[in-house]
Amino acid sequence: MFEILEKQRLNPTVVRLSIQADWIARHAKAGQFLILRPKADSERIPFTIFKADKKAGTVDFIYQIVGATTLILDSLKVGDTLCDAVGPLGKPTETTGYTKAIIVGGGVGCAIAYPVAKAMADQSVDITTITGFRSRDLVILQKEFSALGRHTLCSDDGSCGIHGLVTDVLAKQIEQKDTGDLLVFCVGPLAMMRAVSNLTKTHGIKTLCSMNPLMIDGTGMCGCCRLSVNGRMRFACVDGPDFDGHQVDFDEAIARLRLYGYKERQDYEHACKLLEVNHE
Amino acid sequence: MSELKRQVMPLLDLKQRQTTYKEVALGYTQEQATSEAKRCLNCKHRPCMKGCPVEIEIPEFIGFLANGDIDSAYGVLRRNTSLPAVCGRVCPQESQCEKYCVRAIKGESVAIGRLERFAADHAKQLDYQKVASNGIEVAIIGSGPAGLACAGELIQYGYQVTVFEALHALGGVLTYGIPEFRLPKTIVDREIETLRQRGVNFVSNVVVGQSVTIDELLEEGYQSVFVASGAGLPRFMNIPGENLLGVFSANEYLTRINLMKAYQPNSSTPLFAGKKMIVVGGGNVAMDAARSALRQGAEVTIVYRRSLIELPARAEEVEHAKEEGIRFELLSNPIEILGNQNKEVTGVRLVRMQLGEPDASGRKSVTEIPDSRFEIACDGVIMAIGTRLSDLAFAGSQSVEKERWGGIIVDQDGLTSREYIYAGGDVVTGSATVILAMGAGKAAAKAMMKKISELRKTR
Ligand SMILES: Cc1cc2nc3c(=O)[nH]c(=O)nc-3n(C[C@H](O)[C@H](O)[C@H](O)COP(=O)(O)OP(=O)(O)OC[C@H]3O[C@@H](n4cnc5c(N)ncnc54)[C@H](O)[C@@H]3O)c2cc1C
Ligand code: FES
Repeated sequence: MFEILEKQRLNPTVVRLSIQADWIARHAKAGQFLILRPKADSERIPFTIFKADKKAGTVDFIYQIVGATTLILDSLKVGDTLCDAVGPLGKPTETTGYTKAIIVGGGVGCAIAYPVAKAMADQSVDITTITGFRSRDLVILQKEFSALGRHTLCSDDGSCGIHGLVTDVLAKQIEQKDTGDLLVFCVGPLAMMRAVSNLTKTHGIKTLCSMNPLMIDGTGMCGCCRLSVNGRMRFACVDGPDFDGHQVDFDEAIARLRLYGYKERQDYEHACKLLEVNHE
Repeated sequence: MSELKRQVMPLLDLKQRQTTYKEVALGYTQEQATSEAKRCLNCKHRPCMKGCPVEIEIPEFIGFLANGDIDSAYGVLRRNTSLPAVCGRVCPQESQCEKYCVRAIKGESVAIGRLERFAADHAKQLDYQKVASNGIEVAIIGSGPAGLACAGELIQYGYQVTVFEALHALGGVLTYGIPEFRLPKTIVDREIETLRQRGVNFVSNVVVGQSVTIDELLEEGYQSVFVASGAGLPRFMNIPGENLLGVFSANEYLTRINLMKAYQPNSSTPLFAGKKMIVVGGGNVAMDAARSALRQGAEVTIVYRRSLIELPARAEEVEHAKEEGIRFELLSNPIEILGNQNKEVTGVRLVRMQLGEPDASGRKSVTEIPDSRFEIACDGVIMAIGTRLSDLAFAGSQSVEKERWGGIIVDQDGLTSREYIYAGGDVVTGSATVILAMGAGKAAAKAMMKKISELRKTR
């Protein structure tokens, strides 16, 4: 179980893995995630399911090397097996009932935006996609997004696509569109999702954000993933991960993500030394 | 030593208790166990058994211990409990078997729980014959005490048992909740390993309701399903400040320590290193969280809204907590968690409480004393105020009837409102005890087997 079948580097720090995981593949839908442990002494970490093949019992997900656990994950090769993987977790993204949607992805969040965009396109929702990256060498899934139709790529430094932020592109598109029954689906860094939500709020456009708090079990048991949504406590792993962006307390979510930053940094450096990888 | 007093449990040295997760209660020596067993009066009417939820033949097993026959004592225990090494350690004996012990009228009751533990720890493990499979498949959801007991019973009769567990590790609360210093994981692992050797198929990393539905399990050939998914969702108080950095559910804090091994110095799972921590609640969960935080180097205060005698935790745990240096702020209740600009916890605002007349359930009511606010400075808060039930297992399936508070409604056999679906343990009772969960698992197994064989006859 959990054998790594394929490993494809999408950019220097972002990798797509395909694993054997029959129990996850069986019911996986767009927007859901899995939790894995690369090794028996690793943390449990969540990744959105990028693609699932029910027949073959395989799932693909995309990770970015950001800390010790992803670095250890990255040290595994095709043919190795992950210690554990469980899913699909969370509620699938509502992809039906909309006529048109703009899907916005930022950085590695595009790995989550793509399956949602694809599912909506398959259901004949009129979709437009916007993806944003810091610079050209970080771009992922450009071909896939383009294949879905109207797509805009932008970069913070202008090294590819439009020079600017996704919110700049989004603002323009909103002006040109009848926003009556429009949905904006957005996933990426918290600051980006906050900016997108602030923008769409002023236009009264329904906005769903896929939240990515710290998690342990992913079944509602620990409460580590809790967020304030419309002043109420919600657990992202079972009540989400999608929430109404106009109701999420982003400032709190940003603060909560910081909690173990210090230890993460230490562990990352330690893992770099162990695996003899140069960081930065 | 006087006949009136029980043998004193040898304990780990206090210094070590405050800094390590080694088991605190070391267990009786052979001599102690024999002397303690001889205190049993072998009463004809066996009052102690009335207090045991699974009706262990207590005077009988103690009789064997008094004669030094540990293996036979263990055999008697195993007739009614599949987890004696666990129950001897974690049962609230003072409100069960030991409460009815005749010795307690004049002195101290026989230390039944400690003797149970002694027998389980020192007996030669039973040799199990692997029973030939009858090919009838049964699914169990959850690998806590309810699920394990159910599996243990079914496998004895040749049923083909599969236990589905959402987490990567088996054992439910025994593994992720109760800390090493109270219940060493090797004991839990040993029980699970025995079940595995006897043929139980454990499938971890499967969340029923998400990875597969109950209806699918029934369609795919499982004749019956036992739902033992526990009462795992943490409650919060719904007061301001609960999402500040430094506030945790006891489940999160204990899961990091136990399941994710954060108590080991080189663990990859981070744990908040509070200097001054407050634990809210008075049950076993609160004691476990407080004593764990202490071992992580924090100064710990337990805040509980009633008084000392109402603490629902096992008496021994409260005693151990006090010895180790946990402070108790009783008759007080938090109304707000205070924080700074960085959203970090800086303290708790509380009110003083007073006890009133007992209500219908016999529990004393508790009310706020007006104008009694006060604050305690701290950098971490752990909420251990109980749990809720999860609906996850039934997602995507036709549900069963539930109480208003979420508990699954079952008959005396553990049967739910849906044929072939049984339930037991915390998912039925709400957060309760290991022994009750175990008893429910065993009873349900018996009922399931009866139902399945009746059905086969009529076919
Ligand atoms: C910290 C703590 C200390 C305690 N101390 C004591 C004590 O000293 N004495 C005592 O008697 N009792 C104690 N208890 C209570 C006791 O542990 C429980 O009453 C008992 O474990 C309940 O058993 P259970 O089998 O019903 O559920 P659990 O032990 O909760 O097991 C349920 C299992 O089901 C799994 N599960 C849930 N949903 C799904 C799903 N959809 N699919 C697959 N798997 C699922 C869970 O992951 C879990 O492993 C304590 C509890 C805690 C939390
Ligand atoms: S990750 Fe534990 S409750 Fe959501």
